[in-house]
Amino acid sequence: MVDLSPVVFWTISAIVIGSAIAVISSKNIVHSALFLVLTFVSVAGIYATLTVDYLAAVQILVYAGAIAIMLVFGVMLTKRGDIRESNLFNQYKYIGLLIAAGFLIMTVYMLSLTEFPVVAGPIGSSVELVAISMFGDYVIPFEGAAILLLVAMVGAVMIARGGNKKQ
Amino acid sequence: MIKIAWLLPLLPLLGFVVISFVTKRLKLLSALVAIGTMAASLIISLGIAYEVLRDGVTMESPVEYAVNWLSVPGLTIEAGILIDPLAAVMLIVVCTVALLVDIYSLGYMEGDPGYSRYFSYLSLFGASMLGLVVANNYFQMFFFWELVGLSSYLLIGYYFGRHSAVQANKKAFIANRVADFGFLLGFFYLFLMFGTFNFGELAQAMPAHANSAMLTIAAILVFIGPVGKSAQFPLHVWLPDAMEGPTPVSALIHAATMVAAGVYLVSRQFVLFANAEIALLVVAYVGGFTALFAATIAIVNSDIKRILAFSTLSQLGYMMMALGVGSVTAGMFHLTTHAFFKALLFLGAGSAIHAVHSNSIWKMGGLYKKMPITTWTFVIGTLALAGIFPFAGFWSKDEILLVTRDAGFTGLYILATFVAFLTAFYMFRLIFIAFFGESRSEHEPHESPLSMTVPLLILAVFSIGAGFIGAPFLEKAFWALVYYGKPHHPVPDLLVMAVSTGIALSGILLAWLIYHKKYISAEKIKERFLVVYTILENKYYIDEIYQWFFDKVVLVISSAFNWSDRNLVDGAAHGISDSIRAGGAKLRYIQTGSMQNYALVIFAATILLVIWMAIPVLGGI
Amino acid sequence: MTSIGLQHYLILAAILFSIGFYGSVAKKNGVAVLMGIELMLNAVNINLIAFNRFLNPDVSVGMIFAIFVIVVAAAEVAVGLAIIIKIYRERLTTSVNDIDWLKW
Repeated sequence: MVDLSPVVFWTISAIVIGSAIAVISSKNIVHSALFLVLTFVSVAGIYATLTVDYLAAVQILVYAGAIAIMLVFGVMLTKRGDIRESNLFNQYKYIGLLIAAGFLIMTVYMLSLTEFPVVAGPIGSSVELVAISMFGDYVIPFEGAAILLLVAMVGAVMIARGGNKKQ
Repeated sequence: MIKIAWLLPLLPLLGFVVISFVTKRLKLLSALVAIGTMAASLIISLGIAYEVLRDGVTMESPVEYAVNWLSVPGLTIEAGILIDPLAAVMLIVVCTVALLVDIYSLGYMEGDPGYSRYFSYLSLFGASMLGLVVANNYFQMFFFWELVGLSSYLLIGYYFGRHSAVQANKKAFIANRVADFGFLLGFFYLFLMFGTFNFGELAQAMPAHANSAMLTIAAILVFIGPVGKSAQFPLHVWLPDAMEGPTPVSALIHAATMVAAGVYLVSRQFVLFANAEIALLVVAYVGGFTALFAATIAIVNSDIKRILAFSTLSQLGYMMMALGVGSVTAGMFHLTTHAFFKALLFLGAGSAIHAVHSNSIWKMGGLYKKMPITTWTFVIGTLALAGIFPFAGFWSKDEILLVTRDAGFTGLYILATFVAFLTAFYMFRLIFIAFFGESRSEHEPHESPLSMTVPLLILAVFSIGAGFIGAPFLEKAFWALVYYGKPHHPVPDLLVMAVSTGIALSGILLAWLIYHKKYISAEKIKERFLVVYTILENKYYIDEIYQWFFDKVVLVISSAFNWSDRNLVDGAAHGISDSIRAGGAKLRYIQTGSMQNYALVIFAATILLVIWMAIPVLGGI
Repeated sequence: MTSIGLQHYLILAAILFSIGFYGSVAKKNGVAVLMGIELMLNAVNINLIAFNRFLNPDVSVGMIFAIFVIVVAAAEVAVGLAIIIKIYRERLTTSVNDIDWLKW
């Protein structure tokens, strides 16, 4: 069991859930993006409570730094009409809520029924562990992921640029 | 040479492929390819025969080798080669006749637009027959058996622009299909009983079931195949119509590659019939009846090729009868000699037809002056067919008569002797009308080219000499090689010889009196026996009976099936498919195209699925 | 207060996942749909790391997997945004409701 003050966990969890709800409920897409950054950062805090400091750093760099910025760019490039009414619900507002709640209840109920064989883990940095794995056993998936990123980048450029010469 | 016996069917098949795909436009080259491949096969056959004699391969110790063609649990089909004296004899006969027919066709088909096609079919025909002869199991045999049927279909319908040719090849094909079906059932039945298609293994297993009902049924079913292919009554109807093909093809069908297959099949697995006495009797009586039946029809016919066709029927009946009384030796001996003189007769007839442009013997006449080679070789063939000493047919026919009498079938012996009389009569009727007397032809006949007369001369030599391989006074002859059970040395019986020769001569004399000297008026006999004449003229109305049967019975039944098929079976099938299509047309509107909708449905379904799976585990929620 | 265990992390992840799901199905704007998906992926990552930490702390498979999820998420956002921008250029809309060419 990780030695951790429960207060820290509850606080960060509250921030994660609150900001995630704000992402969904905000009517302004720019506000949503900002709350999304907050969510990502607080999830990094959750990682920190699990003592996976390396992933916490990656989370902040990639999610809060790159993905959120990319989403904001997406908002800017497609901005049209009133920005205050840019993030509305569609016709699934209530049925979606119902199914999401049902899914949550089901999952939590299943979790409450499950006994996990918990073992005490080491405390400290996980960077070394991750590094050895990533450049040892998982070096080929790692390279594959690199190729995937490259292909996705080229593909995204190709799609967004548009093959239409009239423009 | 035995080791390369598998090349035998392959070479002409290669010829077929090469002609069809490469040399189609080069007519002469096509012919040469066909002749070359068949000549190579003949050389291999001669080599095989030499090795069979040298190495003492007997009927009991054949050379056999095989590879697995298809192997699944419970079913193994081999592709193999089986060489014994029987196969060796058959190979030589087939290759010789086929090669001579190929050469003869060089001249006969001169200027025909389908020259290459013709030779490709000939090659295929030869390949199928050779494959059939060397087969070591029923399945392989059936495979080539069907190929023989196919290539005969192609060749009979060679002049496909002619309506009658198309009708004839359909008739041949359908009659053969009926027979093939019997054959198929027969050897499947054997497979069910013994679990193998292999001739050798079957031969070992059969004696344990001698004369059982199952074996008898299997034997009779297998015999239906030869009834069709060797044109025995009642499936003989296709053979006379098969004259629609080019004449060399008729020679091939009648002498070497088609009708011989049936006799060969019975001989190949004679142990099957030997262990089923009733089936053997069926073979004997079907053969005897066909011999008489066909000979009577031949008396009144006026088409030179049809007369020969009916004589083939009759002679095949002889062979079947010989097999039926238990003598493979006599049957195969007659098959061999018959192959040579029947090929000779057909090629000679082709030469005559070539000259006068008509099939009718009444339009020929007096050909001996203009076409001496054709006439005299034809006369040699006729003498051989009539069984006059010392021509080939004399020895083999006498042996059949002898074994029939010795086996105790006195009735069949008398019948066969009478058929010998009829044979001599109708063949010399043909000779006197078509080749002697005054000319009635509208064309000026002329002797055929060298490529046609040379095969005639070669075959004439065989027709004279081939009988001596089985002459009874020889110490070690045909009978010592091809036999079933124990070799049986026929004791020459002078009485049988004298009777058959005398009766044949009297047939010739009668024909001479009626048709040459005209001492007896053919017209008056015809008027006197008008009813008989009409029946014979119409071939006992067998075709008409079949026609009636198909029109009135089969068509009615099949139209009933047609109706139920269209309305009940198709109705059900269409009903199901129509209702599904209509349901689909309605259902497609639940596809909204909105991916959020899809995601919702997926998750809702996941929840329901988990609940459904959880209920039995948790004992109900 | 009780000590914090695996269950707590899993329930947190479940909540986050449900919120993300709701966002991805109930919002009109395509960019917001992508945001919802990112939340769901984050929830998955929390699960992976929590399992790794609590059940099998000697190996790092969970963390490696989480890194791959982050990689794929980055690629997915890039391509998804490109598609949204492309659609916006063609149709002048980012509303997912108008994108229903999948039907019939």
